[in-house]
Amino acid sequence: MTDHGAHILIDTVTHRYRAKSAVVLDAIRVEIQPGQALAIIGRSGCGKSTLLHIIAGLIRPAMGGIYVDGTRINGPSPKWIMMFQQPSLYPWMTVGQNVALGMKFAGTGYSKAKPRVEELLDLVHLGDYINTNVQDLSGGQQQRVALARSLCTSPEVLLLDEPFSALDAFTRAALRRDVRAIAKDLGITLVLVTHDIDEAVIMADRALVMDANPGRVRADTMIDLPDPRHPADPAVKAERERLMGLFEGTAGLAMDPIQTLPDDEIPDHAMPDTLPRAAGLT
Amino acid sequence: MTAPAVMMGPDGRSLTVIGLLRSPTLLRAAYPILGVSGLLGLWWLGGEVIAGNPDTAAFSDFAPGPAFAALGEMLLDGSILEAVVPSLLRVGLGLLWAIVIGLPLGILIGRVPAFRDATHIPFQFLRMVSPLSWMPIAVMTFNTWDAAIVFLITAAAIWPVTFATANGLRKVDPAWFKVARNLGARGWHMLMHIIMPAIAQDVLTGVRLALGVAWIVLVPAEYLGVTSGLGYAINDARDILEYDRLAALVVTIGVLGFALDSICLTLIRRYSWVRG
Repeated sequence: MTDHGAHILIDTVTHRYRAKSAVVLDAIRVEIQPGQALAIIGRSGCGKSTLLHIIAGLIRPAMGGIYVDGTRINGPSPKWIMMFQQPSLYPWMTVGQNVALGMKFAGTGYSKAKPRVEELLDLVHLGDYINTNVQDLSGGQQQRVALARSLCTSPEVLLLDEPFSALDAFTRAALRRDVRAIAKDLGITLVLVTHDIDEAVIMADRALVMDANPGRVRADTMIDLPDPRHPADPAVKAERERLMGLFEGTAGLAMDPIQTLPDDEIPDHAMPDTLPRAAGLT
Repeated sequence: MTAPAVMMGPDGRSLTVIGLLRSPTLLRAAYPILGVSGLLGLWWLGGEVIAGNPDTAAFSDFAPGPAFAALGEMLLDGSILEAVVPSLLRVGLGLLWAIVIGLPLGILIGRVPAFRDATHIPFQFLRMVSPLSWMPIAVMTFNTWDAAIVFLITAAAIWPVTFATANGLRKVDPAWFKVARNLGARGWHMLMHIIMPAIAQDVLTGVRLALGVAWIVLVPAEYLGVTSGLGYAINDARDILEYDRLAALVVTIGVLGFALDSICLTLIRRYSWVRG
């Protein structure tokens, strides 16, 4: 696995969902260095998830563009891959088949992809589960499979859209640590969207704090901490306080655990927890 | 069909019989056997009543005894097979056309909202027209009776396939498409690796419903024109007053329909990934 991270340029992206609707993102211009781990922090409705979809090529911005290693992107690609809050594994495939899917789409058969699949499952600590039905896995294990699946096509960029928020605290902490370590190890550029300051402090080298209505970059700051980062470490705590200070200044809203703003208006972003069930006659 | 251990008399083996009766496998089999025995009993009773009344005694061959005897004969002389094979071919062809047309139609309805909105009223309208009402038009349109019958079966079977496919597709998690697109899936990949497995169970459930409807439409459709098939054989038996053969044909239709449905059920179980 000799992957390398890509350089990303978010070139003055402005976005609104319809021609006359409100501006969701207002002239965002950010440069991300290869291999950097960037956290985009903001409240619900600040357009951070929209921005991530735009970087992934899953949404076309109204104005501006995304450049990966200098090339303007015009659609999704397995080279810049996104992970969502829900793992969205395919229940009719085994763990191994799920992981191999990107290679299959690229024309590599399962038997040829298998060594890499095994390697990746070892990396996410699920080496023994290659033939397991994904419905038999816990939420955390499923998200690990989704991670392995994302890594299978040797991406240069990994985009995380609050991927751990549906998990319990222990699993979340383990995955934060592991994903950062894996991204650093492989040199992948990591862009992470979160409303959780802890997540940013543990996982990122740099944080963008975003304002809402319209979405703007309020602060752009480096998180200079040694690895591994532990939440109880005083240095980590200090960084957390500093980021919290920056965050509290956003959009003139006080820190309020109750989110009053609507969630990012992405039509198919909110996934149902339950899998679709057929109306069987059995 | 004979009744199981329940019927055994209280002899020296009674203890073992009680033991047997407590075995879960046997208990599970007991109720279906009871049901089938009940149906046979009612049939037999009906036969007795018909035979006992001088007005209806001519129809006494409807009873299980003569019917099973006739069924045995028909199995031996091959006349059952002669009736069954053309009917199965017609249903098979009709179902095939229903899937060939209904599956893409259902995918279009499920994936393209404009198509769904445009076709909703026309399709619901057509669906509610009894397929047999197309009979005169079918007869005029097609050169052969066979083709007309296949058309009628298709006209009946297409809607369950179409709507089950569309319904299955609309329930599919949109995130599956997003993830697949991100992983590099193009049109064909999306269809074969995501859409088809995701909706397989719904499609097969639709095919199962369609088969049921097709099997029902088959017999009346075969009353007209053709000189082969189960419907024809029933009409023929009635005309020559062979009620034992008629009853044997009814049994055959029921048993075959049940067998075909079981095949569908097996397929549904085979391709279902839904836990529950």
